[in-house]
Amino acid sequence: MSAEPLLSVRDLCVHFRTDRGIVKAVDGLSFDVAPGEVLGLVGESGSGKTVANLALLGLVPRPPAFYPRGEVRFAGQELLHASERVLRSVRGRRIAMIFQDPMTSLNPYLSVERQLTEVLELHERISRQAARIRAIDMLAKVGMPDPERRIDAFPHELSGGMRQRVMIAMALLCNPELLIADEPTTAVDVTVQAQVLELIRDLQRGSSMSVILVTHDLGVVAGMAHRIAVMYAGRIVETASTDALFTRPRHPYTQGLLASIPRMDTPRGQSLSPIPGLPPDLSNLPSGCPFRPRCSKAFADCEAAYPELTACGSDHLVRCFAAERGET
Amino acid sequence: MIAEQSASSSADDVLVGSSLWRDAWLRLKRNRMAMAGLGVTLALTALSFGGPFVTHALWGYDYESQNLAYGARPPSAAHWFGTDYFGRDLLTRVLFGGQISLTVGLLAASVAASIGTLYGAVSGYAGGRIDGLMMRIVDVIYALPYMFLVIVLVTIFGKSLPLLFLSLGMVGWLMTARIVRGQMLSLKEREFVLAARSLGVRNYTILFRHLIPNTLGPIIVYFTLTVPSMILQEAFLSFLGLGVQAPRPSLGALISDGAQHMAVFWWELVFPGGLMALLLFSLNFLGDGVRDALDPSSRGRS
Repeated sequence: MSAEPLLSVRDLCVHFRTDRGIVKAVDGLSFDVAPGEVLGLVGESGSGKTVANLALLGLVPRPPAFYPRGEVRFAGQELLHASERVLRSVRGRRIAMIFQDPMTSLNPYLSVERQLTEVLELHERISRQAARIRAIDMLAKVGMPDPERRIDAFPHELSGGMRQRVMIAMALLCNPELLIADEPTTAVDVTVQAQVLELIRDLQRGSSMSVILVTHDLGVVAGMAHRIAVMYAGRIVETASTDALFTRPRHPYTQGLLASIPRMDTPRGQSLSPIPGLPPDLSNLPSGCPFRPRCSKAFADCEAAYPELTACGSDHLVRCFAAERGET
Repeated sequence: MIAEQSASSSADDVLVGSSLWRDAWLRLKRNRMAMAGLGVTLALTALSFGGPFVTHALWGYDYESQNLAYGARPPSAAHWFGTDYFGRDLLTRVLFGGQISLTVGLLAASVAASIGTLYGAVSGYAGGRIDGLMMRIVDVIYALPYMFLVIVLVTIFGKSLPLLFLSLGMVGWLMTARIVRGQMLSLKEREFVLAARSLGVRNYTILFRHLIPNTLGPIIVYFTLTVPSMILQEAFLSFLGLGVQAPRPSLGALISDGAQHMAVFWWELVFPGGLMALLLFSLNFLGDGVRDALDPSSRGRS
């Protein structure tokens, strides 16, 4: 991406002090998001995706978390060490988040109207009536059936899909420049998943909003993201345009992820190939490349040092010694 | 015709906008014991507050004018509950006493609920060391004998009525604080709190708009069960002579007087005692009903 990035994360580290020692949930994470770009952030559970995104908005509880290094710049403004006041003015207005579980992300005792208008009252000088009208408009925009009536509903009266639509409406009310969708489809039915993804894609296309789509499911980002970053043990191990990543994955981990997706055209009887082993213990990482114990391509160098992100094609970066040698 | 009806009803009857509070009220309305309790409580409240005016208007009775020539008469057409040793109309005094007991019970329970909610909410939401310190303070107060504390406070503050419910409330908030804090600890980890924070909502607003309303259920339940216990404690204090002072009656003070003469003037004990029992019964039934209504899964558990 040639344009000035909207969000620039450099060497972000989020560590946690725990009884078992320091857990390096995010350790040297760098990525950019350009205006209008959809970035897919992919990794298995515990790879630090969620923690990294919460850290962008200062939502990681400190203590036990702390930031030994790193920089987060959003539209030129440093966010990682910004004051709570500055962060509050960014949250919801310029950067909004959608969470995994629509069942628990809405306050059960407040009506949909109250929860939607709260955001507007917070960030804009707006009357109660005007806020209600804006909220109804937004509900209609996210495809809520019968928005004039549903705005008076309480969360327990809505289905999971409708609640996720309310969550999306809440996030988009103030026209944020960046939307972080943290596994927005994990907790909803498969049929609703497709609708939610389509909705986010349509809303993004109709505006200049950037999106970080966090997921453990490569299938989810395939049709949506312009670029994909694959995370492993708190760092990005490979990043490329969506096409390049799917047609020519270079990192053994990415290859493993792709091989483990069930496909319609897999011959009958052929079993899925899972990645052997388990994600590493983040408080006790192996020496060298953290993927080494599970990697079929590992050799001596991999134990000695952690590889750097290196270019292997246009706008394609990979963090792997085997890939550097052209062995992947 | 039928098809037409169902088509129109499916469009219009989408039940929307019914809060959890409304649902709870509907459940409470179906609970006969609780509704009976509510009815009796309201009736007794109306009687206690209105009754003394009526007996004054009809017969010119009030709670303090003595008529020594007419002392300690059994119930009659003129004095339905009889008179006490000083010739005062017992009906008027019992109703007036009920008024004071209800007031003290409600206000003391309100004071307890307010302090407890605020304290518990702040403690639970703040967490960490602040929570530890605040809860140790509660533990220390809790370890002191309850009645002893109330008696000390009553002695310090004097025996006036407003200070009586303040004293009761200042000791009675501990349990509410613990309940609210416990609720807070689990509530603040819920995703909607994170969602609210991610939208830029400040801590103060999260505490008062998002978290405390979510704990109101248990608070209300505990409140409805605190009211009768406060009434009982006021009665106990009055029985000891530390509560409401003569010539003002409270149910406790009346029972205390009556108990001294119960062998001869039985009505002096039976009527205030009966009213108190009725009041406590109906309040407790109401409290149980409210608990079942707000937390349907608790039904059947004691």
